[in-house]
Amino acid sequence: MLKLIGSRLATAVPSLIGVVIVTFMLTRVLPGDTAAYFAGPAATAESIAEIRTKLGLDKPLPAQFVDYVSALAKGDLGSSLSTGQPVAAEISARLPASAELTLAGLVLALAIAVPFGIMAAVKQGSWVDHACRLITTAGVSLPVFFTGLLLVYVFYFKLGWAPAPLGRLDVFFSAPETVTGFYLIDSLIARDFETFRAALAQLAVPAITLAIFALAPIARMTRASMLSVLSSEFVRTARAAGLTDTTVIITYAFRNAMLPVVTTLGMVFSFLLGANVLVEKVFAWPGIGSYAVEALITSDYAPVQGFVLAMAILYVVLNLLIDIAYGIIDPRARSEA
Amino acid sequence: MNRREFVKSASATAVVTGTGVAAPAVFSSAQAQARNETLLIVSESGPNNLDIHGVGTNVPGYEASWNTYDRLITHEMTEKDGVRYYDRDKLKGELAEDMNIGDMSVTFKLKKNATFQDGTPVTAKDVKWSLDRAVSVGGFPTFQMKAGSLEKPEQFVVVDDHTVRVDFIRKDRLTIPDLAVIVPCVINSGLVQKNATEKDPWGLEYTKQNTAGSGAYRVTKWTPGTEVVFERFDDWKGGPLPKIKRVIWRMVPSAGNRRALLERGDADISYDLPNKDFVELKQAGKLNITSVPYSNGVQYIGMNVKNPPFDNLKVRQAIAYAIPYQKIMDAALFGLAKPMFGAPADAQTQVAWPQPTKFVTDLAKAKQLLAEAGYPNGLETTLSFDLGFAGVNEPLCVLLQENLAQIGIKTTINKIPGANWRTELTKKVLPLFTNVFSGWLDYPEYFFFWCYHGNNSIFNTMSYQSAAMDAFIDAARASAANGDKAAYDANVKGMVDLAFADVPRIPLYQPYVNVAMQKNITGYEYWFHRRLDYRAFQKG
Repeated sequence: MLKLIGSRLATAVPSLIGVVIVTFMLTRVLPGDTAAYFAGPAATAESIAEIRTKLGLDKPLPAQFVDYVSALAKGDLGSSLSTGQPVAAEISARLPASAELTLAGLVLALAIAVPFGIMAAVKQGSWVDHACRLITTAGVSLPVFFTGLLLVYVFYFKLGWAPAPLGRLDVFFSAPETVTGFYLIDSLIARDFETFRAALAQLAVPAITLAIFALAPIARMTRASMLSVLSSEFVRTARAAGLTDTTVIITYAFRNAMLPVVTTLGMVFSFLLGANVLVEKVFAWPGIGSYAVEALITSDYAPVQGFVLAMAILYVVLNLLIDIAYGIIDPRARSEA
Repeated sequence: MNRREFVKSASATAVVTGTGVAAPAVFSSAQAQARNETLLIVSESGPNNLDIHGVGTNVPGYEASWNTYDRLITHEMTEKDGVRYYDRDKLKGELAEDMNIGDMSVTFKLKKNATFQDGTPVTAKDVKWSLDRAVSVGGFPTFQMKAGSLEKPEQFVVVDDHTVRVDFIRKDRLTIPDLAVIVPCVINSGLVQKNATEKDPWGLEYTKQNTAGSGAYRVTKWTPGTEVVFERFDDWKGGPLPKIKRVIWRMVPSAGNRRALLERGDADISYDLPNKDFVELKQAGKLNITSVPYSNGVQYIGMNVKNPPFDNLKVRQAIAYAIPYQKIMDAALFGLAKPMFGAPADAQTQVAWPQPTKFVTDLAKAKQLLAEAGYPNGLETTLSFDLGFAGVNEPLCVLLQENLAQIGIKTTINKIPGANWRTELTKKVLPLFTNVFSGWLDYPEYFFFWCYHGNNSIFNTMSYQSAAMDAFIDAARASAANGDKAAYDANVKGMVDLAFADVPRIPLYQPYVNVAMQKNITGYEYWFHRRLDYRAFQKG
């Protein structure tokens, strides 16, 4: 297992180096002029030049790259111009917010989609199957910002059940002491149940929005892979041997059908991080996606580079986790590594 | 004060007064009390720097600076069309208790009891250090100071602990008003110098994150991109103690949600909603909606007069007659703007800016002018706008494109992202575009100096060059400084007439600053910087 992790991490190094170079080049090729943007509405050519010198943007590209890499080696991702903060601090403060939301959405989607997919496969052609098809098609065809706005309109504006879409906590609550950065966990650690409830209430609607989006691939993949497993010989043998339906479906069929579902899960997680950008905008969620988009709009290089790098690392870790999960689910995958 | 303390203090009050209400009611009354002293503002974007002297401080950052720092002087309030409006011509002391204007200098006596938020007294040394900083850090603050002929540290002289003199390098009517804008704020020099480094002698890194002023509010919490929390400074000496104890400014990127928050009564104020939302909210009547035209600001259609075809006056006039002015007012702005077109043919030129042109939509005339200019079969060009303000710019440009097509001008619309817009403007190559300019200092010659003068500042987006125009502008500035009213009036009229005759840019309208507030919020004040002043707000 350790060897597997080691070799996986070793293959990730070249791709991370590639990411560093490519993001640096890409941000420089963007047509915007950072200095002109930040010189303000009443800038003269001299004041733009002054700002350019201050930001080190007047140096030749190779020199800028050396500056960037040597700072990066010291763990310094630079400072964002649009928020004025060091990028590393911003990302570490915002990543938990995005992660909490994404994971909540994913767990919710799993909890609904997997049983739904299994039922649809077992009772193929029944009303459950049709409902599954309908809901997943709707979920994947509605853009997330639309679902988000719709849910806000219904649950906050019309019914008043959900709290105001004002980010992670209501204005009159203070954040729990940071341990993990996940408000739900931190508030439980602090035994502050009121804050827990408030954080959960804020999280509910955006998490549902994400879950609706993530339902489709998980449910469809569960259904398809269950179907192929259910028609395989060992299931027929199990049924012939007189095992109960539950044992056949859950113990034998589902375990074997899980591999493609786990693979999909990895992909869905990365989709969700993308969808997050829009959901964060709608719910004023102080996450990493909205941060990166704003930075991109203002040609603010450092956060864009930091964001892409953080995401690259996240994907490497995610893929590693999925590989390990493979090994646990299917011993054959372990020996192949 | 956090929520728990609120609950505690409120339960204590309940016990003392013996009202004996049930626990949940106590909790909600505590929240109600907290809400009554707290103002919740929602807007699209927040500050990137709390100090206006910082590198690249954005416009929301100006609002933070305005409310947390004091200036030597500020404007009196007056009323204009039912809205409290700053009085351009009447100044009063903020940190200064007395202002004595001499021939070539102005002397300020500081309020003796004024202190910074950390308790240290405000002295003349702090004032000089702050003004020195404004003219030395470069970039926007230094540029703004220059606009009032405040250029060198030697101009700021400490007379004694509580007296400062500002020497003039030349006579300029804008020097005194320029001391009342946001930039010349007074900073706690001792505190900032303690936190300055060799690389950063002016302590810009410290003031980026921390407020070090004597203003009515201080920032107690700032999460960039998410929220800013202001608490009242109870020892403020700059004016009457504000009623609002705490201001929470939350960034809500989605306009639809900002509107929902307002309509549900969860947010108190929002000021950057789309025009359509403002109109609908106004009609619904549940909220107070205030719309005030930008002072000294105009949205216009600009043309590059250096290159063909717009180097030809007749082509420019043709465009001016082809613009669907009223359609733009109705469909792009929903009526929320002040028209700057269609003045009656016999109207006299005013000594004022902005003022409407005499242009109206007349396609036949436009076609004829185009033919006279030598383009009977029309021409092709691109029409550019800033995507950062697409909500208004896009429908505006589409409407214009339609009308231009009718007189044979084929246009391709060029959408330029916000980050690139200024770069493109600086290059001065866009043939046809729409843009807004507005100046903090509300004087016609100030506007014309930046937008029409041959020294070709970045805002002379048309590259317009005219010796006659330069003469008018320079003469207007000189006569304003000398107080020669007759000459001044003649020159302002001269420059306005010439600008409308040569039409390098076609004024469309004066945009509105739209603010939506709950009915129980009063005290909104319009300032030249167009941001919110928290100090006068009241709730209840």
